[in-house]
Amino acid sequence: MMSSAPPPPNLPADADGDMESLPLAPTASDYASVSSTFDPLLSSASLPTPIAAAPFPLSPSSFVDPPSYADVSASSSSFSPLSSAPSSSPRSARAAACEYALIAVSDPTPEAEPAATSLVPGSAPTYISYLVTSARRSGGAGGGGERRYAVRRRFRDFVTLADRLAESFRGHFVPPRPDKNTVESQVMQRDEFVAQRRAALERYLWRLAEHPAIGASDELRVFLQAEGKMPLPTSTDVASRMLDGAARLPRQLMGEEAVAAPQEVVQPAKGGRDLLRIFKELKQSVVSDWGGVKPPLVEEDKEFLDKKQKLQDWEQQLTSASQQAEALVKAQQDMGETMGALGLAFIKLTKFETEEAMYNSQRIRAADSKRIATAAVKASRACRDLNTQTVKYLDTLHEHLGIMLSVHTAFSDRASALLTVQTLMSDLASLQLRIEKLEAAASKIFGGDKTRHRKVEELRETIRATEDAKCCALREYERIKAAYAEKIVEGWETVAEETSGYARRSDNNLAW
Amino acid sequence: MGTGVQAYISYRVITKTNLPEFEGPEKIVIRRYSDFEWLHDRLSEKYKGIFIPSLPEKNAVEKFRFSKEFIELRRRALDLFVNRIAVHPELKQSEDFRIFLQADEEKMDRARSYETGIFKKPSDFLQMFKTKVSDVVLGKEKPVEESSPEYEKLKNYIFELENHLAEAQKQAFRLVKRHRELGQSLADFGKAIKLLGACEGDSLEKVFSEVGSKSEMLSVKLQKEADNLLFNFEEPLKDYVRAVQSIKATLVDRANAFRQHYDLYREKEYKEHNLGKLQFVDREKFAELELKADSDEATKRFEHIVAVMNEELARFQEQKTADIGLAFHEFAKGQAKLAKDIADAWRGVLPKLEACSS
Repeated sequence: MMSSAPPPPNLPADADGDMESLPLAPTASDYASVSSTFDPLLSSASLPTPIAAAPFPLSPSSFVDPPSYADVSASSSSFSPLSSAPSSSPRSARAAACEYALIAVSDPTPEAEPAATSLVPGSAPTYISYLVTSARRSGGAGGGGERRYAVRRRFRDFVTLADRLAESFRGHFVPPRPDKNTVESQVMQRDEFVAQRRAALERYLWRLAEHPAIGASDELRVFLQAEGKMPLPTSTDVASRMLDGAARLPRQLMGEEAVAAPQEVVQPAKGGRDLLRIFKELKQSVVSDWGGVKPPLVEEDKEFLDKKQKLQDWEQQLTSASQQAEALVKAQQDMGETMGALGLAFIKLTKFETEEAMYNSQRIRAADSKRIATAAVKASRACRDLNTQTVKYLDTLHEHLGIMLSVHTAFSDRASALLTVQTLMSDLASLQLRIEKLEAAASKIFGGDKTRHRKVEELRETIRATEDAKCCALREYERIKAAYAEKIVEGWETVAEETSGYARRSDNNLAW
Repeated sequence: MGTGVQAYISYRVITKTNLPEFEGPEKIVIRRYSDFEWLHDRLSEKYKGIFIPSLPEKNAVEKFRFSKEFIELRRRALDLFVNRIAVHPELKQSEDFRIFLQADEEKMDRARSYETGIFKKPSDFLQMFKTKVSDVVLGKEKPVEESSPEYEKLKNYIFELENHLAEAQKQAFRLVKRHRELGQSLADFGKAIKLLGACEGDSLEKVFSEVGSKSEMLSVKLQKEADNLLFNFEEPLKDYVRAVQSIKATLVDRANAFRQHYDLYREKEYKEHNLGKLQFVDREKFAELELKADSDEATKRFEHIVAVMNEELARFQEQKTADIGLAFHEFAKGQAKLAKDIADAWRGVLPKLEACSS
């Protein structure tokens, strides 16, 4: 039930009396009731009350700035699936199945870099650390108190977590982490930026927790619960990796260490230490591209290709919808601004005519002007409020685009796993060929050649090792394929819910 | 009529009257913009002191000149022009007005060729109230202006009023543009959402398609409201600005009349003062009498203008309150209806979305 009724359809031309009776914008208290009634997704308590409680005085000099992205992100701090309990959407189902009952990121505090040397005492470079509290959902009957954990983490730790997860969950749609910022420390300290980041980190952790595989993972648990310094190993940088790889290359070329160990095969070749492997896989990918020998594995199953095409379409539409949504928000914002400027112009006119009034008709006109101005200013504010809400849901579209990024990563994981398998298979094939040749050669020489025998044995060993590696690679590949199905449905349903919220928000534009 | 650079728009002017001075109960003539201009200038010359109803702007970018919107706006403004003359107690009696309404092409051409008036350009307004360099060089003082407080107040009022109104009109024009932009955005957004829905499939597709359709429907409404705003809110504000500019023109007339009166008066006083000192010949006495007559006439003309202006001002304020009141009303009505339509549209989609997400 809307608290501001629409105006009566027929208004006679008598401007004066009916201007009064035209019900214009609701008062501030009405706004609060309007916003809270139409938002079952977020409980009314956690609704952005700062916006509802904003004062509506008519002071021409004080105009609210257009909502900044920071306001929106900061005010969605109470984002928590728990409060969506009333609706039994897939999202709350996921939340209910989630391992964690609570995750919160709070209390950003500056801390000094340890071991930092600074010429001027007291100006050591600082970073922000966040308090990460979590509580595991106690499963089973007679659940005792949930054990709460609180640890301090800095952004770098989140990056590490993201990297670890990316390695462990290849093929899964790993939610993307918030962006790094390569700006100077000045920006880092600013409140607005910190608030934005805090909210983003919280959302990120929730997304991780809700992920069926990642939520149950050790990496996440350790991150949330292990006190003290970050427990997960940070990934080494590329340079040392290359150096290691360069050191091994000569040995590999000599024939030793010709085969990658099974556990290494599980990771993609690129970025790894095994340069030889990188080269081999590169060669293989070229071969595949040129339609050379095609090992049977290249045939992807039709279903996967279909799904992939669908996902690509989906991404395209999502991008375009996201762009249009941005344009829409901008247009709405412009509208609000111009309406406000119009109101201001009329206020000035009113003041002027009132001061200079020589005729009674002037005073009447001034009063009319003032009413129009008031209405225009109120409409302008309503427009801005609407926009704040709209931006929030625009955010969702963007987040989904972010997920597409992890989809792409997963696709490329799969592709590189496939490449590894193919490489190994062609290795196998060529090794077999060599054995055959040698055996053919050996059979030609009477008495057999001991060295040749030895060679044949060695080759057989190599083949066996390669077979092992190939099995591992195949297993990995199959596992990645299996990781897709569940994510797809989930993603689509989330979009639906969140766009329904957008429609509710649009209702707010009833200021007249 | 005509093609290419020579092309112009002609307007049909229909007069229905039962006044005896006219040639019949109904008369239709074809006129073009320059004919309206001719009438305006004739009236400005003959009826000093009266706020002559204003014309729509003369110049327009070539491309824009033949757009439907522009032509309709101009037509409305010309219609107002003619009708305002017809209701003004003095102007409606003008001979030129009758010619305009009735004369055939030939007669109209002939009448047009008689024009001799000094046309007022916007630069004249400022010139009048500035010191001419030549005056200073010749030792003349600043051109004399009235110094009464009422005059000062009036002048300041008119000049400042124009500024405020111009600002309001500018914002109103921008608001029209915003409506169009928002309409376009909504249409694009609706299309995109529909396509996104097609990717989702099943029930989601239906709902998205609904949201998209509503967006497109609202886009149409926004465009309509933009038109409404243009014709019924922005244009009246523009008309108001033009009216104020017309008053400025009258102020110029008044200032001229004042100067004439003042100069002749001073000259007369000077001659009278020196009457005793000089030997008079009959011829000079005659000249002096003429001077006195001229001076008196100039004074009368000036005073007439002042009196007329006062009446006109009262009428102007009344008229404008009514005009702008109507414009405000249309504005509020249009906006309210638009907001209601928007709310209804989204409220209609809600139950379907809710069903979908649960």
